[in-house]
Amino acid sequence: MPYRLLRFALSKKYPEPRMFREPARLKDSYEVVIIGGGGHGLGAAYYLAKDYGITDIAVIEKGYIGGGNTGRNTAIVRSNYLTVEGVKFYDESVRLFEGLSQDLDLNLFYSQRGHFTLAHADSTLRTMRWRAEVNKHLGVNSYVITPEEIHKICPYIDLNCGGGAAIVGALYHPPGSVVRHDAVAWGYAKGADKRGVEIHQKTAVTGIEVKDQRVVGVQTDKGFIKTKRVLSAVAGYTPRITKMVGLRTPLVIQPLQACVTEPLKPWLDHIVVSANLHLYVSQSSRGELVMGASLDPYELHSERSTLDFVEGLADHLLDLFPFLSDIKVNRQWAGMSDMTPDYSPIMGTTPVEGFYLDAGWGTWGFKATPVCGTTMAYTVAKNKNHELIEAFNLDRFKNFSLVGEKGAASVGH
Amino acid sequence: MKLLRCPINGLRPLSEFIFGGEVRDMPDATACNDAQWADYVFNRQGEPGVRKEWWYHTASGTWFIAERDNLKDEFVRTYLYSRAASPAEAKP
Repeated sequence: MPYRLLRFALSKKYPEPRMFREPARLKDSYEVVIIGGGGHGLGAAYYLAKDYGITDIAVIEKGYIGGGNTGRNTAIVRSNYLTVEGVKFYDESVRLFEGLSQDLDLNLFYSQRGHFTLAHADSTLRTMRWRAEVNKHLGVNSYVITPEEIHKICPYIDLNCGGGAAIVGALYHPPGSVVRHDAVAWGYAKGADKRGVEIHQKTAVTGIEVKDQRVVGVQTDKGFIKTKRVLSAVAGYTPRITKMVGLRTPLVIQPLQACVTEPLKPWLDHIVVSANLHLYVSQSSRGELVMGASLDPYELHSERSTLDFVEGLADHLLDLFPFLSDIKVNRQWAGMSDMTPDYSPIMGTTPVEGFYLDAGWGTWGFKATPVCGTTMAYTVAKNKNHELIEAFNLDRFKNFSLVGEKGAASVGH
Repeated sequence: MKLLRCPINGLRPLSEFIFGGEVRDMPDATACNDAQWADYVFNRQGEPGVRKEWWYHTASGTWFIAERDNLKDEFVRTYLYSRAASPAEAKP
């Protein structure tokens, strides 16, 4: 190595910049403990520090940050939901995402692509018209288009689906985007760390101490922490955490699988989703096709991936894009989805004072990352549910006031 | 390929089966209060463990009970509901 390079490596004046520090040990107490160092937990930490001046926070992560579902989703952002509560909430998230690279001073490769949800039957088209009307009413750019218009925008789709159920229309959502998902976690970690938040990786929560229905502390494998406020943002691990505080929830865990192909020249500008074919696909900036399917068919606490999944997905992919038959799958993986019966999240305060939930993120969590950060930060700081998440409280399952979003889930209905 | 033992048809590929959820006792709808009913309708045991579950063999139309470890993805045993000595035995 030339000396003029080596002296940079050896000099203390030019340290390798890190996104965040790794504190040596946990303190005895924190104002707020956040369980889960994914986008949601780190986002909440970031906005608590930035907007409410609360910086005495520990983010406790069992693995490494962004190693859970934040890094396992297909990185799609959209707001063409079905209920008024859902559309308002996810649209605020899209708005935050659009300015997030600037806010975090980190290029998140936020890329607006346009999002198709293909319909292969009249009944699907009916739900899409419904969604389009709700969307338009709330100012979200979303409308139903004909097969001819689909062909004009994305000529590569075989509208006849290889002789299967032909495409009869699509819900088109121009603001639909993809974003580099792990960078979202790193950006929030960096911003939170800069403001004094401590991020503790490889630290597992083993218990939560509750006295008289109030949180008093968190037990970890690296010692006990005294705290009055705990936010759980652990997606597929939520039932294990809620059991520690004695809360019953409707959550069940099912794996959701995804894969990427070898890189191709850029040809697919849009995000294409088909509920009937259980498929969503987009092309990453590296040229890989990023694809996902519906949930695995039974409950399981595992991040294993299966041959059944790739076979089914490849079969359906060829219905839409027959010319991809010689493309190889590079990697496949799974994440643990915490499913709710109404396909809406569970957020906010709980019957346990000081215990806040950001859960029920099933297959729709990544796109909500920034808005979960802002609304959960508000909720934890003020001990009062933010108006955007009031409808998503755990008590809706006591009051039979569900928020039915199944019709807007990308696939699996 | 993953296999599951149907109590009637023996070992069959998992793709022939449908998961029917955990075996749970329904409270008496006329006697319980709204909170108990809501708890039955919505709430589940979400944390990992060995559970008694309903499974359906589609090819032969057989509903049966499987005990399964949902952390290891392993079936412990399967049997027909009628073979469980009482509904209480089918409880987790």
